[in-house]
Amino acid sequence: MCGIVGLYAKRDTISERLGTLLAEMLVQMGDRGPDSAGVALYRGAGQGKKLSARVADDAQRAALVETAREQIGCSAQVLGAHVLLTGEVGPQTVAWLAQHCPQADVMSVGERIEIYKEAMHPDDFVSRYDLGAVRGSHALGHTRMATESAVTTQGSHPFSTGQDLCLVHNGSLSNHNRLRAQLERAGLQFKTENDSEVAAGYLAHRLSEGDSLADALSAALEDLDGFYTFAIGTREGFAVLRDPIACKPAVLAETDDWVAMASEYRAIARLPGATEARVWEPEPGQIYTWEREAA
Amino acid sequence: MTTFDLNDGVRALNAHLHGEVTGELSAVNPAGRHAVAVGATGAHSVSIDGNVGYYCGGMNQLADIEVRGNAGPGLAENIMSGRVHVRGDASQYCAATGHGGLVVVDGNASSRCGISMKGVNVVVRGNVGHMSAFMAQKGCLVVCGDAGDALGDSLYEARLYVRGSVASLGADCVQKPMEAEHLDELGALLHEAGVTGVDPAEFTRYGSARKLYHFDIDNASDY
Repeated sequence: MCGIVGLYAKRDTISERLGTLLAEMLVQMGDRGPDSAGVALYRGAGQGKKLSARVADDAQRAALVETAREQIGCSAQVLGAHVLLTGEVGPQTVAWLAQHCPQADVMSVGERIEIYKEAMHPDDFVSRYDLGAVRGSHALGHTRMATESAVTTQGSHPFSTGQDLCLVHNGSLSNHNRLRAQLERAGLQFKTENDSEVAAGYLAHRLSEGDSLADALSAALEDLDGFYTFAIGTREGFAVLRDPIACKPAVLAETDDWVAMASEYRAIARLPGATEARVWEPEPGQIYTWEREAA
Repeated sequence: MTTFDLNDGVRALNAHLHGEVTGELSAVNPAGRHAVAVGATGAHSVSIDGNVGYYCGGMNQLADIEVRGNAGPGLAENIMSGRVHVRGDASQYCAATGHGGLVVVDGNASSRCGISMKGVNVVVRGNVGHMSAFMAQKGCLVVCGDAGDALGDSLYEARLYVRGSVASLGADCVQKPMEAEHLDELGALLHEAGVTGVDPAEFTRYGSARKLYHFDIDNASDY
């Protein structure tokens, strides 16, 4: 089943409460996806690049934090089972991690994005990652009920699809094995058997080939077979897309203060001003985007 | 008037609706909750103040249910009788498999509105999405706005009245002439739904061509 939420702040009053509001949305979707939870948080503009990596082992996580500044010139902090590296982050950082901390599972790289995810009930996830303290411009979240692959942290969402980009998915793709093979021939690597990772890889591939996000999503409508509601995070905003059959639910709502999307309205109902929001169901096969101007 | 605060859950309201004491009820703070006012068995009058989630008004018998907001998927699913009226929009498969009664949506209904309807009448002031009235068997779907793709696919004997455009007709669904009996039927439905200022003559009727009813020897090679 799975639950998707997204919140985009139009005003500082919402940015300051972003984590609290997102946490409530995620908890509301807990019974749509009780086996795993994950978030993509967009915050901290102008502070250099960031890399979030999951390091399950406590000692290895502590060791990475200890050596990060000296060895790779990044500051490091621990959030749950993840380490967030900030500074001169790039491909060299990913390569260093692969060599010196192979247990580190890179979740996201970008100027603003930070992805955290766990095979954990959404209620527990919200507490462990202290989401209530998060301030930021926008965020996506996902609660998973695994149908296409194992209940693992790697199989949970969001999936990173390039720098500052991520995807969360509710649904199931029927042609993911064929698409995975095609994308692997094009050089992409996948970590799981998860169908959503293929969708993320597909978008990453299209973007690397020069597509705009809108072009990549239009192509996805042609090439991805199955059911999906996607929310896609970008550095400056987010996009929502439902497949042409539109079996998987989605609700959008907008006020002067925020834009929100969710699998169900009850995730939106507790946002400030929700009762006065414009609420509507996204049309099948139509791309919806919200973006602020790049800083 | 008895008021139920749905922040305390939906069970008290639903239990009351399953009982024999009828009267006017109010439900506040629905906040998108599921299964609000489901399974009513008597002529209750229920007003719900806000947006509801899945399956509101499902299996309704005799009750008059008004939602002052939007409704999620499965509104009035399998309704038997009575009335469910949504002031806002309704999500997918509104009034699915409904056997009787009336469902009114003041806004838009999305995909699969009236799927497999079996006698319910549905009046939508706005638009309906794709695959509406799929396999609909009996009853009327009235759309004052536009209909999406594949309207009435594999339709049986339900009658479809659309005032605006139809993106495409589904298999075996065809346009049919508006006779006097259809104008009368549509006029009565619009009146019952409280829709004013709309002339039944502005609607087009669609129904089944009945070509899918019987085995056709010309299609033998497809089997």
